Amino acid sequence: MAVLNEEQEMLRDMAREWATNESPVAAFRKIRASGDPEAFDRDAYGAMAQMGWSGIIVPEEHGGSDFGWLSAGLVVEELGKTLTASPLIATTLAAAAIVLGGSDEQKAKWLPRLASGETIGTLAIDEGPRHDPAKLSASVSGGKLSGTKAFVHEAHGADLFVVAAADGLYLVEKGDGVSLATRKLTDQRSHAEITFDGAPADKLENGGDSLLDDVLDRARILTACEMLGMAQAVFDMTLDYLKQRVQFNQVLATFQALQHRMADLFGDLAMMRSAVEGGLQALDIGVGASRAAIIAKAEANRALHLISREGIQLHGGIGMTDEYDAGFYLKRARVLEAIWGSTPYLRDRFAGASGY
Amino acid sequence: MATQPDVKAPDADDAFREEVRQFLAANFPPELKGKGNALASVEGPAQESDAQRKWREAMGERGWGTPTWPREYGGGGLPRRQARILDEEMGRVGAYNPIGGMGVMMFGPTLLEYGSEAQKKEHIPPICRGEIRWCQGYSEPNAGSDLANLQTFAEDKGDHYLVNGQKTWTSGGQWADKCFAIVRTDKSDKHRGISFLLMDMDAPGVEVRPIQMISGMSPFCETFFTDVKVPKENLVGEEGQGWTIGKRLLQHERTNLSGGGSLARMMGASLSDLAKKYVETDDSGAIADRVLRDRIADFEIRWNAFLLTARRAVEESKAAGGVSEISSVLKKLGTKLGQERAELMIEIMGFQGLGWEGEGFSEAELAGVRAWLFGKATTIYGGSTEIQNNIIAKRVLGMLDHQ
Repeated sequence: MAVLNEEQEMLRDMAREWATNESPVAAFRKIRASGDPEAFDRDAYGAMAQMGWSGIIVPEEHGGSDFGWLSAGLVVEELGKTLTASPLIATTLAAAAIVLGGSDEQKAKWLPRLASGETIGTLAIDEGPRHDPAKLSASVSGGKLSGTKAFVHEAHGADLFVVAAADGLYLVEKGDGVSLATRKLTDQRSHAEITFDGAPADKLENGGDSLLDDVLDRARILTACEMLGMAQAVFDMTLDYLKQRVQFNQVLATFQALQHRMADLFGDLAMMRSAVEGGLQALDIGVGASRAAIIAKAEANRALHLISREGIQLHGGIGMTDEYDAGFYLKRARVLEAIWGSTPYLRDRFAGASGY
Repeated sequence: MATQPDVKAPDADDAFREEVRQFLAANFPPELKGKGNALASVEGPAQESDAQRKWREAMGERGWGTPTWPREYGGGGLPRRQARILDEEMGRVGAYNPIGGMGVMMFGPTLLEYGSEAQKKEHIPPICRGEIRWCQGYSEPNAGSDLANLQTFAEDKGDHYLVNGQKTWTSGGQWADKCFAIVRTDKSDKHRGISFLLMDMDAPGVEVRPIQMISGMSPFCETFFTDVKVPKENLVGEEGQGWTIGKRLLQHERTNLSGGGSLARMMGASLSDLAKKYVETDDSGAIADRVLRDRIADFEIRWNAFLLTARRAVEESKAAGGVSEISSVLKKLGTKLGQERAELMIEIMGFQGLGWEGEGFSEAELAGVRAWLFGKATTIYGGSTEIQNNIIAKRVLGMLDHQ
């Protein structure tokens, strides 16, 4: 755990307490059972916004707290532990795009609404089943955007889309020219294919040529924070289970074969945490964020993949049941591994950026 | 990415940086640039040139070879932030720390914590000046991973102990001046019967035999003690406190064995540079073998995560005070990654990376082979990976012993 200041410790403790008491995995079960395509609890998101979480990276003059990315990451990690379903990450990323690339007018219009939770935002980037921001065909002509975006997360609840077209990022509001087709994924959250058919689009003119990459760095790092929380939760629940379950008249935790596997996973979790926190710190310092983002997401992919699989195996048969939580983490893990760069994609990018 | 600058350096740090620059300009001989030898502790002392001696003495004089140790015992007395500045500035001009070995890495920090005032005054300054080599008398033929099962016996003879027994895997024993050892002073209690004793390697009755290793090198020794007289003042802490002190020393050992991966560092060139040299590249300069390229990237990403973990452990333990619980994790991860890197390295070089001696191989290639082989010891010594797993499972994760 990174060394935190007092403010950050309070924020983390508050998030942990809220997630544990107000948003345990049972809350996600309820959302799943409701079949609501938005797949989150509006009241719960309202409470999060009330606590200031949707405005953590938004400058104070636009209604945020400007607490920085490490702070945002701490909250997201705590919510990841209990699989809290919310558009917090998506909205934070939409806000980040506007902070980086918006005009004064765009900032003044959107940031206070995103920070207060009144408006929900999300990113609409990829056009196929695999993350590939180098291949975008959505285009804008005369201020109207056309194209199709695949697997847009938090699409159903979103009021504002940050859309990547071939020539840059655009703000598109829900409404005319925007239609959704639900894509139900294994994590039972909101995903949709969105068709933009001459939708009014407002370009983010600032931020330079790297704007999309800069937004994606933040997307990778903040997603990795959710994954870190999930990995920690699976690890903890597995350890608890091994300490309770008796077989052959012995508590499972006393078997060396299982102890060493947990020690291995503990090492993987330690590396994942360092990579993710390193990413957040790089964003706050403003140095090396692109490389740090690759490392953070690649380590998150690798470690969560492993821990989510071992979590099922070490639980044995009960881990296979829907009644038990471990399976939820496995299913959500694969969705997050695919978003903003699979492991092979990230390795290719790392090698390219390192000059080999 | 591996290191991040402090957001804002206080003025005192700027002044210190300037002081270091002036010191380096005045004292670091340019002909030694980039000549630091990370293998020195296992290769034994090479003939020290005049330039090397002067550089060691200059650093020893300032205490900067042991920059964070207390000034009163010959250390640098620097806060960690300034020690890092010193490190950065040395790196900038290709300088290296000429003062190291087990005295610095393991014994010194332990003696500073547990030694008497007289012991600290006697033993710490020569370590800070790089004048004395220490070796570690821990392992025995029948007590490797089961370290507390040691038999070397120190019999109380009033004013001195009479030591008999055998140690093994005494790294650098043939070049050491002194030995810090754990010995048995009470045969009736496995753990509380152990004491921490300092011995002279040239005392009558001490015999050292180097063991030839798979790498061809002989840094490890068998050490025999026959009726060796050790004065009582060489007992560190209380009699019977040796297991506690010895374990503390092992934490320092683990942290250092993993820290930054000296094995990986001594291999010099980066894996991707090696691959570009030994494997074809395509028109864009990328490694043409995409599978190999992917594996190198996979390794490099995890290596970066490890370096970040080592940095995090330092920051956390500094904030919490004391050695971090994570030292077992670092030892386990760092040594595994070091070995993985060495395997990948020789694979990249093909037959050229498997030379044993003689014609047709560069010095770097031959050194790489030896380092790959020697590196196999890293997951065995200093508490094997399996022992680290036991420590993590029991002490950190609270998984119980068999009941």
